[in-house]
Amino acid sequence: MKATLAPAEVHNPVDEVDDVTDRPWVVIVWNDPINLMDYVTFVFQKLFGYSREKATKLMLDVHQKGRAVVSNGTREKAELDVFRLHEHGLWATMQHDE
Amino acid sequence: MHRTRNGTFELRLGDDERELIARLAAELRDLLVSEETDGLERLYPPGYANDPDREQEYQQLTHDELLTKRLASIDVVEQTVTQTSLDEDQINAWMGAINDLRLVLGTRLDVTEDMDDIEPDDPRAGAFAVYHYLTYLLAEIVYALAS
Repeated sequence: MKATLAPAEVHNPVDEVDDVTDRPWVVIVWNDPINLMDYVTFVFQKLFGYSREKATKLMLDVHQKGRAVVSNGTREKAELDVFRLHEHGLWATMQHDE
Repeated sequence: MHRTRNGTFELRLGDDERELIARLAAELRDLLVSEETDGLERLYPPGYANDPDREQEYQQLTHDELLTKRLASIDVVEQTVTQTSLDEDQINAWMGAINDLRLVLGTRLDVTEDMDDIEPDDPRAGAFAVYHYLTYLLAEIVYALAS
């Protein structure tokens, strides 16, 4: 049986608990007055592989409701998604799924 | 701007447009490498809304990488600004640089969702014209990439 070990990292105790219990994280994109709707839709397709329909719906949620959850997962995955969204100039944050 | 049959992108811009884009790209680079942080908040937004410790870690982890990538996109724009054809990587770099310019300029102009048209004699009229031009250019790029 093969054991997978995470690379040696300094974890603080809160990290340990989160990783073990694997409470899911959500990635939220927030509305802003600068980003173009077509651009946001395209970024969602590009980064997450969503269909144009799904990407458009998410973009409209952001635009009309002020925010939308665009992805979820482990802390590592969510952080990477947030980073890629920031690379594309979107306003994205992550938090625990309530 | 449109996608051609062989997968490249035709870049049809006037000389004055190219000159403007090159100038803006250089100005953005100067701003990014300066110690200035004011007005760049949209380029380095928070990653964690509710966790200051993790947020600090996130900023430390990502700031340099975001900066490096942005400078690389500006490099590509400057190197290709006189070309009539771009490949997919290059047009993606254009997309990033043009949007970064919009974010900085838009923040400076405090643009809002429902803005009235600006008066021609407003001192910011020139800057708004540039902002709207960049918006048009970005839309063209997105349309070409999505087609």
